[in-house]
Amino acid sequence: MYVDLKGVRLEYPAAEPRGEPVLALEELTMGVGEGEFAAVVGPSGCGKSSLMRLATGLRRPQEGDISVAGAPVTGPLSITGMAFQNPSLLPWRTTLANVMLPLEIVRPHRGRLRRHRAEYEQQAEDLLSLVGLGGFGSRFPWQLSGGMQQRANLCRALIHDPVLLMLDEPFGALDAFTREELWQVMADLHAAKKFTVILVTHDLREAVYLADKVFVMSARPGKIIAERKVPFERPRPMDLIYEREFVDLVQDLRGLIADARSGTGAGQRAAA
Amino acid sequence: MWLTSERAAPAIYTIALLVFWEAAVWIGNMPTYILPAPTVIAGAIVQYWGPIWKNSLVTLWTTLAGFGLAVVGGLALGLLVGWSKSIYAGLYPLMVGFNSIPKVAVVPILVIWFGIGVVPAIITAFLIAFFPVVVNVATGLATIEPETEDVLRALGASKWDVMTKIGIPRALPYFFGSLKVAITLAFVGSVVSETIAANAGLGHMMLAAQSQFNVPLVFAGLVMLAIEGIVMYAIMAEIEKRTTGWARRSGQT
Repeated sequence: MYVDLKGVRLEYPAAEPRGEPVLALEELTMGVGEGEFAAVVGPSGCGKSSLMRLATGLRRPQEGDISVAGAPVTGPLSITGMAFQNPSLLPWRTTLANVMLPLEIVRPHRGRLRRHRAEYEQQAEDLLSLVGLGGFGSRFPWQLSGGMQQRANLCRALIHDPVLLMLDEPFGALDAFTREELWQVMADLHAAKKFTVILVTHDLREAVYLADKVFVMSARPGKIIAERKVPFERPRPMDLIYEREFVDLVQDLRGLIADARSGTGAGQRAAA
Repeated sequence: MWLTSERAAPAIYTIALLVFWEAAVWIGNMPTYILPAPTVIAGAIVQYWGPIWKNSLVTLWTTLAGFGLAVVGGLALGLLVGWSKSIYAGLYPLMVGFNSIPKVAVVPILVIWFGIGVVPAIITAFLIAFFPVVVNVATGLATIEPETEDVLRALGASKWDVMTKIGIPRALPYFFGSLKVAITLAFVGSVVSETIAANAGLGHMMLAAQSQFNVPLVFAGLVMLAIEGIVMYAIMAEIEKRTTGWARRSGQT
């Protein structure tokens, strides 16, 4: 497996001196193949975001093994790109400069950036055109709509050609039409660049439409309770989401999550 | 409406205040040694222009020197405090405690150390103007969105990268905003010190005038202080506007 998590346990220390430590993930095992598009769904607060932080090396688990591309993860991995629900573009930078930010951090680009700036700028412009933001590079983030900001955010996650893309509900805050547009953009990018994707989402249709494989997580402490292959051919037309098989798969996932929620009792409320 | 017209409002309100003041003095038949009328103060400014100008310059430069030190020191300490949570936790109570000490109480100590003159005034201005700069810079650094930091850290960014790419640009509007507060406080500091221990400056001049019951000259000193304060504040506001346009984006779309 390209991304491999085995028996992972993650506990956050208590927020207050006398509080209980929070067990976010326990016995979590999942594997994603190279070039595969995986989605992770689950009830809110199940530790989906913790999973992201583990796979990118931002956090270390207390137990278990995590490896990416055959090597154990011991710290931040620059071969990954990340995008969150909040586009978090820097308001003092133009869109182009925002997209190019990772190049200022990741080696070997950071050393080459100054001498090859024109080349890199072209690369960023090309990427912006690919997501439909051609010509918007000189705008500032606040001059872009929410959907456009999220497109720019995707570009920023992709500019350094990551082999693994981690997405944490990137389309969660968008309206339905923009979201469907961006699903298309995402599917096209995945087809063009062949990276591996782990998408964390609570939108089941989004998971089924985009992914090759959907993992269902239980409520906290989170672990993978089910795995479903998505059989549909690519490229997938937007109409697919209204077809019988698609709807059945979504219903199936819905049932699994409903079980996962009721299994823990209604009183347990966890923060994301 | 002329009352709410933004461009004319400052002039109109100022003139209205002066007219009201003048009228109140004449109608109330107020003696000059209690409250001089604006016209009398204007007369005093003209009459004593030489010493007023000389002392204004002294106050201006001691204030600016103290302010300059406060900006440099405040920026440096703010960056240090914002850098790490433990430095923040360690230094913050000390700074709050230090800031709670009335600066008037510090002046006698400064006089013992440095003697009477401009040095205590500069240091008092520095001490009083320093705190808002530190707090603002540290706040700007401490409020970096965790997601933004994660995006960089996941790429292998060092603490230094995070600071230079996000922290410092993000803290700049806070920093420039604090300059407006710091410059007005610096005037308070230098004048307080001048009234206690100096042989020049507007504070010293006003104290001397007061001992001679030259109340119009005392008020002339106040007017000069207000003018210097407004001008410096306007300069700082302009600097803030020009350097951090991105932070005030309304009307730019």
